[in-house]
Amino acid sequence: FPEMSYLSFFCLGPGAGQDVGRSCILVSIAGKNVMLDCGMHMGYNDDRRFPDFSYITQNGRLTDFLDCVIISHFHLDHCGALPYFSEMVGYDGPIYMTHPTKAICPILLEDYRKITVDKKGETNFFTSQMIKDCMKKVVAVHLHQTVQVDEELEIKAYYAGHVLGAAMFQIKVGCESVVYTGDYNMTPDRHLGAAWIDKCRPDLLITESTYATTIRDSKRCRERDFLKKVHETVERGGKVLIPVFALGRAQELCILLETFWERMNLKAPIYFSTGLTEKANHYYKLFITWTNQKIRKTFVQRNMFEFKHIKAFDRAFADNPGPMVVFATPGMLHAGQSLQIFRKWAGNEKNMVIMPGYCVQGTVGHKILSGQRKLEMEGRQILEVKMQVEYMSFSAHADAKGIMQLIRQAEPRNVLLVHGEAKKMEFLKQKIEQEFHVSCYMPANGETTTIFTNPSIPVDISLGLLKRETAIGLLPDAKKPKLMHGTLMMKDNSFRLVSPEQALKELGLAEHQLRFTCRVHIQDPRKEHETVLRVYNHLKGVLKDYSVQHLPDGSITVESILIQATAHSEDQGTKVLLVSWTYQDEELGSYLTSLLKKGLPQGTA
Amino acid sequence: FFQYCLSGHPTLPCNVLKFKSTTIMLDCGLDMTSTLNFLPLPLVQSPRLSKLPGWVLKDGSTFLDKELKECSGHVFVDSVPEFCLPETELLDLSTVDVILISNYHCMMALPYITEYTGFTGTVYATEPTVQIGRLLMEELVNSIERVPKAQSASVWKNKEVQRLLPAPLKDAVEVSMWRKCYTMPEVNAALSKIQLVGYSQKIELFGAVQVTPLSSGYALGSSNWIIQSHYEKVSYVSGSSLLTTHPQPMDQASLKNSDVLILTGLTQIPTANPDGMVGEFCSNLAMTVRNGGNVLVPCYPSGVIYDLLECLYQYIDSAGLSNVPFYFISPVANSSLEFSQIFAEWLCHNKQTKVYLPEPPFPHAELIQTNKLKHYPSIHGDFSNDFKQPCVVFTGHPSLRFGDVVHFMELWGKSSLNTVIFTEPDFSYLDALAPYQPLAMKCVYCPIDTRLNFIQVSKLLKEVQPLHVVCPEQYTQPPPTQSHRTDLMIDCQPPPMSYRRAEVLTLPYKRRYEKIEIMPELADSLVPLEIKPGISLATVSAVLHTKDNKHVLQLPPKPPQPPASKKRKRVSDDVPECKPLKPLLSGSIPVDQFVQTLEKHGFSDVKVEDTAKGHIVLLQEAETLIQIEEDSTHIICDNDEPLRVKLRDLVLKFLQKF
Repeated sequence: FPEMSYLSFFCLGPGAGQDVGRSCILVSIAGKNVMLDCGMHMGYNDDRRFPDFSYITQNGRLTDFLDCVIISHFHLDHCGALPYFSEMVGYDGPIYMTHPTKAICPILLEDYRKITVDKKGETNFFTSQMIKDCMKKVVAVHLHQTVQVDEELEIKAYYAGHVLGAAMFQIKVGCESVVYTGDYNMTPDRHLGAAWIDKCRPDLLITESTYATTIRDSKRCRERDFLKKVHETVERGGKVLIPVFALGRAQELCILLETFWERMNLKAPIYFSTGLTEKANHYYKLFITWTNQKIRKTFVQRNMFEFKHIKAFDRAFADNPGPMVVFATPGMLHAGQSLQIFRKWAGNEKNMVIMPGYCVQGTVGHKILSGQRKLEMEGRQILEVKMQVEYMSFSAHADAKGIMQLIRQAEPRNVLLVHGEAKKMEFLKQKIEQEFHVSCYMPANGETTTIFTNPSIPVDISLGLLKRETAIGLLPDAKKPKLMHGTLMMKDNSFRLVSPEQALKELGLAEHQLRFTCRVHIQDPRKEHETVLRVYNHLKGVLKDYSVQHLPDGSITVESILIQATAHSEDQGTKVLLVSWTYQDEELGSYLTSLLKKGLPQGTA
Repeated sequence: FFQYCLSGHPTLPCNVLKFKSTTIMLDCGLDMTSTLNFLPLPLVQSPRLSKLPGWVLKDGSTFLDKELKECSGHVFVDSVPEFCLPETELLDLSTVDVILISNYHCMMALPYITEYTGFTGTVYATEPTVQIGRLLMEELVNSIERVPKAQSASVWKNKEVQRLLPAPLKDAVEVSMWRKCYTMPEVNAALSKIQLVGYSQKIELFGAVQVTPLSSGYALGSSNWIIQSHYEKVSYVSGSSLLTTHPQPMDQASLKNSDVLILTGLTQIPTANPDGMVGEFCSNLAMTVRNGGNVLVPCYPSGVIYDLLECLYQYIDSAGLSNVPFYFISPVANSSLEFSQIFAEWLCHNKQTKVYLPEPPFPHAELIQTNKLKHYPSIHGDFSNDFKQPCVVFTGHPSLRFGDVVHFMELWGKSSLNTVIFTEPDFSYLDALAPYQPLAMKCVYCPIDTRLNFIQVSKLLKEVQPLHVVCPEQYTQPPPTQSHRTDLMIDCQPPPMSYRRAEVLTLPYKRRYEKIEIMPELADSLVPLEIKPGISLATVSAVLHTKDNKHVLQLPPKPPQPPASKKRKRVSDDVPECKPLKPLLSGSIPVDQFVQTLEKHGFSDVKVEDTAKGHIVLLQEAETLIQIEEDSTHIICDNDEPLRVKLRDLVLKFLQKF
């Protein structure tokens, strides 16, 4: 039998543990090693941006050590290090992701590569060809499809609702399983549905906890607030900058502004930066089955991703006078067009920047959100920020309520929190332990958590044996536990529970029959057959649940126990009862002899 | 394990499988060939159809002349077309637990089953199957409902009357069971009972059975199904294709190791090569248009039409047809074209790659953009303004009994310049054309059926090697019209079991094992012994719990200590309650060692006698005798329980327990 098996987790820091930076987690489950996400840290510009894969294996190839890699969604903090990992460090095994992720991920990687290498001139970064080669190793999965990675390891994707194509994954070996949520959202929004998982009772649920303590106010309020701020700024002639990632929140906010502009009949232009826009919207059209119910239902009549009011942005527009709203990438103001526009508009207090999502430490976005108003830019230049800075949480992460809801859905035996801030996670951990009475872990970066499981062992039972046992179980008192007796045969790695007879037969062994015959003396002057009849009536009266039979040859059987009577050779007043049984009837045989030894009651003739 | 066969149509199957304790319906196809017995439903009043003479019996009686009309020697029912439903009497359909749908053509009877039989279960199907199935039903309902027919004929259905009718009406089966089309509310109610599934998704039914859809390569979202428990596997193969068209390729590997493989939905035209047919389709189309004629293609709104449009996309420029308008007319034309573009995950590899670019997977997007292909919900409205001839019109229904196609048959039938090209294989084109005779327009028959042919079937069966094959009886003999073609039937060993409508089959299984779980505490208590190299045994005495068809073994509870003070009332209190089973024994007793052991335990008067088969050990003082043979030991003693138990335990020391 396998020893107690265990699951272990290793967060390749910094990031996946107690910090929102990037995700990269190693799970060992029943001897299989799976890497969950392969994110890059946007706050660093050096080696620290990629996970340190030497943690996984010091010597030896990653391909030999890892059974597979799973990517939860296309955000770079979850897949940004993938080409580095597979092409520069070297991994040739399978990489699993959903179809939309497979479609969009290479585009974002290429986009980021361009910013990093072409614009900033950095070296030691992956190339376009590496992205292509890396994507060749990707196997696309359907939602709910059970993918057999090898004979023992299977994975299954569930809808996560965080961005287009985002998925949670169940990893299963035998009867042990882990669920990794990636980023997810439990409330449906304007373009995506809510995350959903069945009651799969994993041994462990690894959940993100970005908004661990936040119970966010209603979505409607946030949206109204957002529209009000944009509207007011535009009304007083200011410019609104909304840094976003090309895919995800951008589409959500575009739908929101588009409908608002339509309703209010506003004229100020809305722009969307970079050529990605049209492409991005095209992806949403082609993968419309991944959006929410409403959009899917109406897409034939009106495709929500064809915008009337939102136009492509040209760099020159930034200097145009008058109000405008610009969506620009990237979302954390750490590079590219959004940063350029920010520098142009930062000095004017009429303008506004709205950060619709979380910003990683080290980015300009994070700095201004934490109140910094004087920023040191490249070349020691100081940028004074006079424009209004607003933060509105529109990122589609589950809040505390959502996390609790997911735990309730999946019913895990243990919970592990990642991708959050230590203090907030501690609070959530207590809450989870209190409400669900399950252990909750929050490993630090680079820390390993080991969880012992104690799985039951599946074996094959021969149908003959099972039927025999269930037939016995059908006797009057069904509440009584059914005791079964069988032989477990263990050969190679197969376990079979068979009847003892079958086990003997399969091994080519003969049964050794052990039989007992006891002489019981009874004082009874009557004739032999009369004595037998008295014995018979007596036994029948006592052993009501047993089959007691009087055979024509003068013997009595109780089940398979044989009783014969002979006269005593010397004493006619004594009869000798021969009680004969096999070892298998030991209890009953022994009981019968002691019962008969007590003699026959009066009047049983 | 039983299979109830509710449909006799091999490509529109409806079977019910009783597997373990579940009742599973496999597909619910609707046989629409019954509509061929009816007059077409014209959208616009047709003087020709309304002037058809009533049918008069040989003896001159005319009581049927309102219900039956005669056209060129054929007799048709003048009534709302009706469909032949799957058998509903063979078993109580309210006991069906689940319905598995394999493709959108095989779900057309769904509303009849879910809304009329007391069905309370769940239907499983893939998303494209449901979406496109909905479109097919919508089109069907729409094309019948928009031509209200005052008359509903029923006299002809009377058994006595039907006997008097000419063929094929005379031979039509179960006409009393034929039903009118369902309504949209019924369609919506039926579809709301569907749960969406993806390929290779494992769906547990009541803990006893697992069902899994697999790609079948025939249509968008089309699936074969695996129905299995831990030890039995039934594969349901329905409408599969090995040709590379637009859907994801067929998953063959997962069909291996089946105990039973149910095979339905093979090609209806085994002698026609689909590629050749597509070529003929294009050249006939081009020829007609070049000569100034119009082309009519009766078709379903989804499926082969996507492939035809793709072929035309590649063909029209080279054939000089760039200026010929293509019209696609159906209430669901737009939806069908739009839906086809959003199922990237269900498409073949090439089309998937296009979506990653991102580009629409089907080139009909470009045909629409460049105005070469136009689609309309019906011939009314915009179409009548845009309509230019010569042109090519794709429209339904392929039976030519309802839908916009009826209008074009009446409009173009009189001119030999025009051509009608049949591509759908579900209806005999001669029967379809019968109520339009005499006809001047050209008729071309290019049936495109991409489903498995018999050569592919025999290759598939060799590959996946099922123990038994079950199929409709039509596949076990050559087609009636080509009785010499013995290659046009299923050939496998053992020969397939065949079924026909309203038959119940007992499926052959040899089930020997079941899954059971040993709880960790029990597992810890087991003591395995290596009996032979590599084989270990452990005896298990445990409590069996069975719940939701799952079996679990647990440690037996410790026997409660009987309260010491309680007095026995009756002897029977003593009777052993549940018989704790003793293990079987094996091995043999070496007499010399046994005697030594006896002496060691204080028996001083042991005597051994040899017998024919072994030995007898005598304990003289105790008047006890132990017969020892190769495979048995017999202890014969007086009623001295302590002595017997002592001897028993000494014997057991030499034996192995099982």
